[in-house]
Amino acid sequence: MSAITERTGLGFRSRMTNLRRSLLAQHPTMVIGGSMLIVMTACAIFAPWLFTGDPITFNPIDRLKSPGDTFWFGTDMFGRDIYSRTIYGTRISLVIGLSAAVLSVAFGLVIGLAAGYVRILDAILMRVMDGLMAIPGILLAIALVSLSGASLLTVTIAITIPEIPRVVRLVRAIVLSVREEPYVEAAVAAGTRLPLILIRHILPNTIPPLIVQATYVCASAMLTEALLGFLGVGTPPEIPSWGNIMAEGRTYFQLAPWIIFFPGAALALTVLAVNVLGDGLRDTLDPRIAKKM
Amino acid sequence: MLAFIAKRMLATIPVLGVVALFVFLMLRLSPGDPASIIAGDYASPSDIERIREQLGLNASIPVQFGKWIWTLAHGDLGISIFTNLPVTKLIAQRVEPTLMLSLTTLVFAVLIAVPLGVIAAWKAGTWIDRTIMILAVAGFSIPVFVLGYILIFQFSLELRWLPVQGYTSPFVDFWKFTRHITLPTVTLSVIYIALITRITRASVIEVLEEDYIRTARAKGQSERIVLLRHALKNAAVPIVTVIGLGVALLIGGVVITESVFNIPGLGRLVVDAILKRDYPIIQGLILVFSMVYVMVNLVVDIIYTIVDPRIRY
Repeated sequence: MSAITERTGLGFRSRMTNLRRSLLAQHPTMVIGGSMLIVMTACAIFAPWLFTGDPITFNPIDRLKSPGDTFWFGTDMFGRDIYSRTIYGTRISLVIGLSAAVLSVAFGLVIGLAAGYVRILDAILMRVMDGLMAIPGILLAIALVSLSGASLLTVTIAITIPEIPRVVRLVRAIVLSVREEPYVEAAVAAGTRLPLILIRHILPNTIPPLIVQATYVCASAMLTEALLGFLGVGTPPEIPSWGNIMAEGRTYFQLAPWIIFFPGAALALTVLAVNVLGDGLRDTLDPRIAKKM
Repeated sequence: MLAFIAKRMLATIPVLGVVALFVFLMLRLSPGDPASIIAGDYASPSDIERIREQLGLNASIPVQFGKWIWTLAHGDLGISIFTNLPVTKLIAQRVEPTLMLSLTTLVFAVLIAVPLGVIAAWKAGTWIDRTIMILAVAGFSIPVFVLGYILIFQFSLELRWLPVQGYTSPFVDFWKFTRHITLPTVTLSVIYIALITRITRASVIEVLEEDYIRTARAKGQSERIVLLRHALKNAAVPIVTVIGLGVALLIGGVVITESVFNIPGLGRLVVDAILKRDYPIIQGLILVFSMVYVMVNLVVDIIYTIVDPRIRY
């Protein structure tokens, strides 16, 4: 530690401060979006210790209380504290957003690589993807959930499937342009086997745009999840998710608008954080597009 | 050009085929017996058998698919299980509100978003540009239904300027129609405005860097003419494209907006059908929505070749 301090003339703390400053100056959107998300993740993980009460048990005496000192966000028609339910709801949103992003990128990557590199598969796979893209994603998700029964898993799958075609198209487009590059042709000429070419030469090109795409999938997945809950086909009602809380608030909207407003605001802020982070990542990872967008 | 249009039209057939196959399989392969799911928990075995018969579920899956495609080819979408009415008739009854809402949204969004995008591009890098872009990201992030409720709360419940929910046909009472359609239009437009603004800004900025823009400015033409006549005209292709792509957003948004504002359109029809598992309506409407999407994008592709003669296939 002292050796480093002597060499750089700076202590650890001040170097970290400098790093933070330069990051904030160069990529403000990424830092802002990232910090908001870290706060949200902390809320999800530490939910029980954030002055929350029981988010599930009914408490009829306190029904439909407006926001105040005792109940910061008010209570619902069963007397449950909206603040506690909203904080706990962060968990569902983040878990589903993250899983949908990871799953759609994983499947999209495999299908996209196959379509981009194997000509026979290309025609078939892309027709299937075109067809899937033509079905409105929200309808597809609602239909899939209501047909297979609502659970955390089916909701995640139903949200993931409509997102896959966009990832496939992205990966395929990159593969098609990269495979004509001299270094890939050189690798082919040198007799490198196909799996190795895909992994060593093609895959790395897809990673930066995929990271950006993953953030957009995550944002849209969180919105769809809330919507499913809102329409009454989302995760089971005993799990407090933002969509479920808002669905219960629909009937009492004129009496108790806070039941919809607080989880709605939490959802909008989280999605905003993910979108801002995504834009920041896009600007950082691909400066060419950054100038344009 | 005619050859391209013909080829492009033929290409829609496999896409619609995949949609039909997917929708069909989705319903057939979902876990559980569709007939008993539709009949509900208290149905007798004979009820279930009747529904099974009505849906033709006793035949093998390829035969069912063949029969279904055959009736589709005759323009028949089947008969709703719960209302016993032909799906085509139900759609015809409900299509007007959805069409009206989509049109008002399209017009409103383009009228707001294109000027915003052009201004942002013109003032690129300034605080005006940054404000517009921040609003655009926010527009992407706010859930349609939450926005709908905020607007209802503010303008219908607090200020009492507009009716809370419902719909009136413009052919019955145009003033009432305007009052009813305003909030849903604004709600549905926001995400679309965000999308079109971003693309307009991006494509105008790109065009503004071209040599002929410098030439136009060097000739001493006013900034307004440079922007409108030279830049916007050439930025039109990506803008038209995104309006086409946005139809998918619009269709998804219509479903939600109609539920929030209690508008008796196709979106409500399909959500109700899904909740009641009325398979013929679900199948029929998903097909219709997908067809609209495919057709709009077909038209957009054709407009491409007309707007931008450089595009050749």
